[in-house]
Amino acid sequence: MRKLPLLTSGIALCVATMASANDDLMTQMDDPKQWAIQTGDYANQRYSELDQINADNVGDLQVAWTFSTGVLRGHEGSPLVIGDTMYVHTPFPNIVYALDLADEGKIKWKYEPRQDPEVIPVMCCDTVNRGVAYADGKIFLHQADTKVVALNADTGAVEWEAVNGDPSKGETNTATVLPVKDKIIVGISGGEFGVQGHVTAYDMKTGEQVWRAYSVGPDDQILFDPEKTTALGEPVGADSSLKSWEGDQWKIGGGTTWGWYSADMEENLFYYGSGNPSTWNPAQRPGDNKWSMTIFARDIDTGEAKWVYQMTPHDEWDYDGVNEMILTDQEIDGEARKLLTHFDRNGLGYTMDRVSGELLVAEKFDPVVNWTTGVDMDPESDTYGRPAVVAQYSTEQNGEDVNSTGICPAALGTKDQQPSAYSPKTEMFYVPTNHVCMDYEPFRVAYTAGQPYVGATLAMYPAPDSHGGMGNFIAWDNINGEIKWSIPEKFSVWSGALATAGDIVFYGTLEGHLKAVHAETGEELYRFKTPSGIIGNVMTYERDGKQYVGILSGVGGWAGIGLAAGLTNPNDGLGAVGGYAALSDYTALGGQLTVFALPN
Amino acid sequence: MTPLRSLIATALAAGLASAAAAQDAGDNIAVAYEEDGRYFTADDIPTYNVAEDGTVDWLTFSGFRRYHSECHVCHGPDGEGSTYAPALKKSAVEMDYYDFYSVVVNGRENGNSVMPHFGDNRNVMCYLDDIYVYLKARGMDAVPRGRPAKKEAKADAIQEDENDCMG
Ligand code: HEC
Repeated sequence: MRKLPLLTSGIALCVATMASANDDLMTQMDDPKQWAIQTGDYANQRYSELDQINADNVGDLQVAWTFSTGVLRGHEGSPLVIGDTMYVHTPFPNIVYALDLADEGKIKWKYEPRQDPEVIPVMCCDTVNRGVAYADGKIFLHQADTKVVALNADTGAVEWEAVNGDPSKGETNTATVLPVKDKIIVGISGGEFGVQGHVTAYDMKTGEQVWRAYSVGPDDQILFDPEKTTALGEPVGADSSLKSWEGDQWKIGGGTTWGWYSADMEENLFYYGSGNPSTWNPAQRPGDNKWSMTIFARDIDTGEAKWVYQMTPHDEWDYDGVNEMILTDQEIDGEARKLLTHFDRNGLGYTMDRVSGELLVAEKFDPVVNWTTGVDMDPESDTYGRPAVVAQYSTEQNGEDVNSTGICPAALGTKDQQPSAYSPKTEMFYVPTNHVCMDYEPFRVAYTAGQPYVGATLAMYPAPDSHGGMGNFIAWDNINGEIKWSIPEKFSVWSGALATAGDIVFYGTLEGHLKAVHAETGEELYRFKTPSGIIGNVMTYERDGKQYVGILSGVGGWAGIGLAAGLTNPNDGLGAVGGYAALSDYTALGGQLTVFALPN
Repeated sequence: MTPLRSLIATALAAGLASAAAAQDAGDNIAVAYEEDGRYFTADDIPTYNVAEDGTVDWLTFSGFRRYHSECHVCHGPDGEGSTYAPALKKSAVEMDYYDFYSVVVNGRENGNSVMPHFGDNRNVMCYLDDIYVYLKARGMDAVPRGRPAKKEAKADAIQEDENDCMG
């Protein structure tokens, strides 16, 4: 108790010195009538206090208005709403539209960057973009070619530009940025091109680079303090990353950072995950390959790592660790805890103490997950925090040129980037998932800068002996590590969820449906088929006393590529060919925003 | 242009005119002869060979593997096409071998629809015949979707070529 007053005054002090830029964004985020950041808030909860649309009346929902983006590619992310303006982004060429909500969505301004189309082929798996960010009267766009642009939110005029990476080396971008305090924090893609992943902070006012922290490499590059940076409570020691690689492989070692970022202003920390080590052939990179596949907690001002946790040491399946980190304040055994919950591609749902980095829960959020029997939770054990790998599904142990079959989940993970939502009312997480397994055969590959560096052959198919579909939409209890309910879906659920105070949860399907389900039971309350498959994230806002729900349609991304023609299970033997649903039987390319409201 | 890429490009340009004309006239699928585990048409164009019991030639099997490593992230599984890029099982049958080669070596740009150039990528170039015959087999429905169940052994000559090419 003694310490507490001291602590709070410390926080007050630091808030006072914070750039006013951030106060603006914080105010916008706190107002449920806006949608001021892609993730709903810094905690990444994707929860809205709006309840005009609720479990009782959502069945009456109607389309209020629509907008075509003019681009026919995978549309991830969502629009923002700040004041009278809605900001809509597109996949490559990354157009930004400012729509005047006070004037029937009239286009106030449009920004279309000039980008070299040479960047397109170095973007693995479609040219998606997960949206713009707002702060300090500016709209921040992180383009495919890694240029970060600050646009005047009123006029669309360019205020500054910064170049974050080099597409000729395979560095590209698909992610949004995190505007926090006086900085813009951005990641990088290119794990399939041997990129050395990094996060970088730019000055929000000027675009000047403030710090850069790599995921793999020497301590001064990864911004680790060997004594202070901890992993599961212990200092990591010197050269923690270098020691876990053979030779110079870390230089092309991956660990890219293309997911979602959250922030805890009280702790002055931000959170994100790193992607796969490259190549996909584990035999070419002996060691744990730290800090790929890792949850990072870093200081917002300096970038220094406070704690890390590597979920999948020495990845053998391409289970990138980039999915969102959802921050919640909940009670465990009567004690208030500051938690971080993360649904990893590897099929495990993790609950951690976000201050200390202590691992509290690691449980499968799809029962078919089979590559591991579970994580060692005994702090006294030598293998504390490590997943126990099942030999049969170990592509490392089976070796190069051997086809390991029946691995669940597939490389796209039990969940990919499509963000989950959390409702403080139900204390449940709503998670869009994939229900897909794979065969994986690694083989030797050569590295050429700017060329794909993959080194494995994959075949994917719906989880065998299950409902035959390729996805589930689940509700998850992060304290007990349990699925509360699960809705089977024909296709992977590749859309970000939204939970609201109206006791409903929204998500989109690859066939193109916007669905609303009851937050307690999962009962379906509403569906509407939009013009194209949905891989965007549901958002909501209020205007003139009316609540609206918006979603981008436009099939594509990994899902559109993998599922367009449908999947087959090579292990079913001949005859099963074409036995699974093909996305192309349900939907076609598109690029549209659909906005819903209750009838007048 | 890197040496490897320009080398292949020149070789292609030289061979192109005469061979393309010949190919139109002949059968682009049927095996005319076998040499060191590789199969060719009468016009010396690489092709697949599937035995009655479903055993595929090594190149077709290898092409399955390489395709699903290098190409499927855009062109979808089994050469079936995707929301992003065309169905190559059709292209391999419909396109001239040399045109197919040239698109992969040099890439192709069509507005915002871009096929990368792989001319300096050994993981592709050393296996392009493999990928081509595999896709042709898919296009002719000579092999089903998925991993070919049975394959011929890898001929020593093929192994030697691979070692030379991959360096
Ligand atoms: C980064 C995505 C991407 C990758 C990887 C890729 N392609 Fe393509 N490819 C495309 C696109 C897009 C087109 C269509 C280009 C156009 O519209 O002209 C295309 C077109 C082609 C064509 C012409 C097809 C036709 O019918 O005209 C061939 C042949 C081809 N690709 C072969 C390959 C091969 C072989 C590989 C693997 C070694 C490969 N591609 C990998 C994106 C890709």
